[in-house]
Amino acid sequence: MPNPEILRLAGITKSFPGVLALSGVDFTLQQGEIHALMGENGAGKSTLIKVLTGVYKRDAGRIEYRGVPVEVHSPLQAQDLGISTVYQEVNLVPNLSVAENLFLGRQPMSAGQIAWKAINERALEILARFDLDLDVRENLGGYTLAIQQMVAIARALELNARVLILDEPTSSLNVEEVDKLFLQMRRLKSEGQAIIFITHFVDQVFQISDRITVLRNGGYIGTYPTAEITKVELISKLLGREYEKLSELAVARPREDAGREGAFLRTEALGRKASIKPFSIQVRRGEVVGCAGLLGSGRSELASLLFGIQSADSGRLLVDERAVRLGNPRKAMRLGIGLSPEDRKAQGLIQDLSVRENIILALQVRQGWLRNLGSRQQKEIAERYIRLLDIKTPSSEQLTRNLSGGNQQKVIIARWLASAPRFLILDEPTRGIDVGAKTEIQKLIVQLARDGLAVLFISSEIEEIARCSGTVLVLHNREVVETLRGQDIEDRVIMNAIAERHLEGSPDA
Amino acid sequence: MLEQSPVAAGRSRRGVNPLAWPLLALAIILLFNLIVTPDFFSVSVKDGHLFGSLIDILKRASPTLIIALGMTLVIATGGIDISVGSVAAIAGSVAALLVRGSNIAYLKEAAHASAPLLPVFAFALLAAAACGLFNGSLVSLVGIQPIVATLILMITGRGVAVLLTNGYVLNFDHPRFESVGIGYLLGLPFPFLLAIGVFLILLLFTRFTPLGLFIQSIGGNSVASVYSGISARTVKALVYLVSGLCAGAAGVIMTADVKAADANYMGLWLELDAILAVVIGGTNMAGGRYSLWGTIVGALIIQSLTTTILTRGVQVQYTLIVKAVVVIFVILIQSERTRELLRRLRGGRLPEAGAS
Repeated sequence: MPNPEILRLAGITKSFPGVLALSGVDFTLQQGEIHALMGENGAGKSTLIKVLTGVYKRDAGRIEYRGVPVEVHSPLQAQDLGISTVYQEVNLVPNLSVAENLFLGRQPMSAGQIAWKAINERALEILARFDLDLDVRENLGGYTLAIQQMVAIARALELNARVLILDEPTSSLNVEEVDKLFLQMRRLKSEGQAIIFITHFVDQVFQISDRITVLRNGGYIGTYPTAEITKVELISKLLGREYEKLSELAVARPREDAGREGAFLRTEALGRKASIKPFSIQVRRGEVVGCAGLLGSGRSELASLLFGIQSADSGRLLVDERAVRLGNPRKAMRLGIGLSPEDRKAQGLIQDLSVRENIILALQVRQGWLRNLGSRQQKEIAERYIRLLDIKTPSSEQLTRNLSGGNQQKVIIARWLASAPRFLILDEPTRGIDVGAKTEIQKLIVQLARDGLAVLFISSEIEEIARCSGTVLVLHNREVVETLRGQDIEDRVIMNAIAERHLEGSPDA
Repeated sequence: MLEQSPVAAGRSRRGVNPLAWPLLALAIILLFNLIVTPDFFSVSVKDGHLFGSLIDILKRASPTLIIALGMTLVIATGGIDISVGSVAAIAGSVAALLVRGSNIAYLKEAAHASAPLLPVFAFALLAAAACGLFNGSLVSLVGIQPIVATLILMITGRGVAVLLTNGYVLNFDHPRFESVGIGYLLGLPFPFLLAIGVFLILLLFTRFTPLGLFIQSIGGNSVASVYSGISARTVKALVYLVSGLCAGAAGVIMTADVKAADANYMGLWLELDAILAVVIGGTNMAGGRYSLWGTIVGALIIQSLTTTILTRGVQVQYTLIVKAVVVIFVILIQSERTRELLRRLRGGRLPEAGAS
C-alpha cells in the first residue's frame, strides 16, 4: 500500500441495553482513499461513526489516529483533531448566509467588528475551488440541498479536516448532483484527502470507492478492495447468511398445501405514482408471503398501500374477493388488516405509555368509543400476550421506552395480535434486535400462519425470508419484479434475483 | 416497586407519585401562611355558609381551575389553547346580554332583569362551543399549529366580545343568575362545586371511554397513533371543543360574580394562569401523560399564592414579581434534573425522596 494510514479502528464494540450494536469492528483509512462503509439499516454504520466522533463511548476496542492511540470524548474534540462529519441532513443554519455558514463560530474580526468583506472574499475563494459560483451573501436555505451539502463539505475542509466523513450524502440528490459530488470527491482524493463514504447504494460504491467495508447486524463482515469484488458478492455480503448464529432455528417451511383455500387479499395492478409501480399479488390465509429487496426498493411503500397509509391511484384491491378502497388505517383495520411498521420508534411504539396500554391500543380502536376495555380486562389481555410472546418486562405497567428493542417489537406484534387480525403485515420486525429475539419472532411468524393468519413478511435479510415464506416477492426500484414459489425459495435464488436487476440497471458493471 | 437503575427509575416516573411534588408546594405555601398569617386557617360559619381565607381561595380559584381542566386535555394531545380568555369573554358577554333581555339601553344603571336562566346558560355555552369547534377544526382539519390556530381566536375573540357588548360594560341585577358566581351550596361556594362537577365529568369521560387512552397516545406519538387506527383528528377536535366549553363556563361564572360583563378585561391573561396550573400539576407540555388531579392542585397553588401575596400586603407593583419567583421555585422542585442535582449535592446516596 503506497499511502500512509491515517486512521485505524480495531475491535470496536458497543452495546446498548438489549442490543449489541457493534461487535469487534475493524476499520482502516489511508490518505487519498475513499473508503465506503456499507450495511443495511441497523448494521451499525452510524454507531461506528458516532463512536469515532465521540458521540458514543465505546465498550471495547482501540482508535489510532495518525499512528497514535486517541480517546475522543466529543464531536467538537473530533473536529479539533481533524475528523469532520457531513451528515445526511445538512447541519448548517439555513437562514444565515453562505459565507456566515462557512465561518460560523470563527468569524475573522477586525477592530471588534466582524470583517464582512474579508469573510465574503474568503468564502468566494473557497467555493471557487468547488466550482461553485454563488452569491455568498444569500441565505444558505435558498440553495438546493446539493449545494448546501457542498458548502458543508467546504466548511469541514476549512476546519482542516484530515478525515472527512460523508454520511449518506447522495440519498437526497439527483443523478447530476451525484455526479458533481463525485467529481469533487475525486479531486479531494487526488489532493490526498481521506474520505469515509457511508451509503447503501451499491452502484455508487463501485463508481467512487477504493475499498469497501461491510457491516451486518453490528458485526464486521470484511474489507474488500473495490476492484476485487463483484456486485453479486457485495450484495450477498450485505444481505448475509447467518447459518452459524441461527443454526438452532429449525423452523419448517410452511406446508405446501397451506393457503390453498383462496386468497384473503389480492391486488390487480395496484399502484401509486412516484411510490410504487402497479403490482398484482395475492396473499392467502395461512401463508407467509416474503417481501425481499434492498433498502429503497419499494417494500414499505407496498405495505403502506395495503394498510391505507397511502392511497392507491391505480388498480384494485380485493379483500375476500370484494373490491375495497382504503383511505386510512382504520378502514384497513376494519377489514382485519394490521401493520407492524418499519420504524418501530417513530411509527409503532408509544414510548411513554405502558406495555399494557400499547398492547390493547389497536383492539380498543376496533372496539370503538362505546365499548371501553375495563382496566382488569386490559391487564388480562396484556398479561396473556406478555406470556404468549415471552415479552421480558417487570410488569405490564412498565413504560415501553424502558424495554429492549426486541421486546418493544414484540409489544407491537402483540398489539396487532390482540386486535385479532386476519392479515398481518410485518415490516422489518427483526431489525436491530438481538439474535435470540430474532429467532423467536421468526418462529412466531410461521406459527401464526399455521394458525390461519395471512402474513406479509418484509425483511432485509434474505435468509430469514427464505426460511419463513411460502411465496417470495422480489422488489427492485419500486417494482415487484419477480414472484418465487415453492422449490425456488432459496436464499441464493432470491439474492441472484436481486443482484441480476442491479447488473441490468448499470451498464458499467 | 420495580428494581431499576436510578436512570430508569427516573425516566419511568412510576417510582414517585407524580402528585407528590405539587402537593408539597401547596403545603409549603399554606404552611408559610400558618406561621405568618394567624387567622389564615380560621373558617367560620355565617348564615350557614363557610367563610375564611381557605374558602375564598376555593371560590376564586374556580374559573381558572375549570379552564385549566379543559386545557389539561388539550396539552395532553401535544397542543395548547391560548384563546380561552377571549372565549370566556365572549360567553360572559352573551350571558350578560341575555340576562338583560330586552333592556338594551346601554350605559344606564344596572339593568334589573328576570330573564329565564336556561337560555342564558344554553346560548353562552353554545357560543363557547362554537369557538372550541373553530379552534378544533383549524388544528385538526387545516393542520395549523395549535398556538397559532388559537392565537387567531385569542385576538379576534376579544374583538367579537367587544362587538357584542358594543364596547360597554354591561351591568345587571339578576339575583338568581348572580348566585352562579357568588352563591353557596352545602356551605361551599357554588363556583367551586361547579369546578368539581367539571372535574368529575372529565374524569369519568377519560376513564370510562377510550378518550383518555387515545389522548395520551396522540400526545405521546401522533404518527404511531394514526398507524394504530386512532382517529387523531376527531380526538383533537374534541379536546378543543371541551376546552371551549370549559372557558365558556368560566366566563359565565366570572360574569355572575361581578354582576357585569366587561368584554375588554374579562378573562384577560387567564390562559396563562390556566397553562401554568396544568404545568405545575405535572402534565407534560410536550403531550402524553396528564393528570387532572394535578391540575386541581396546580390551580389551588396559583390562587393560594395570589391570595397570600394580597393578604401579606405586598405592594401592587411587586406582586407579579413575587408570584413569578414562587412559580419558578415550584417548577424547579418538580424538575427531574434539579432533584438529580440536589441529590448529588447532598452526597448522591439518598433514596428517592417522596417515595412513600
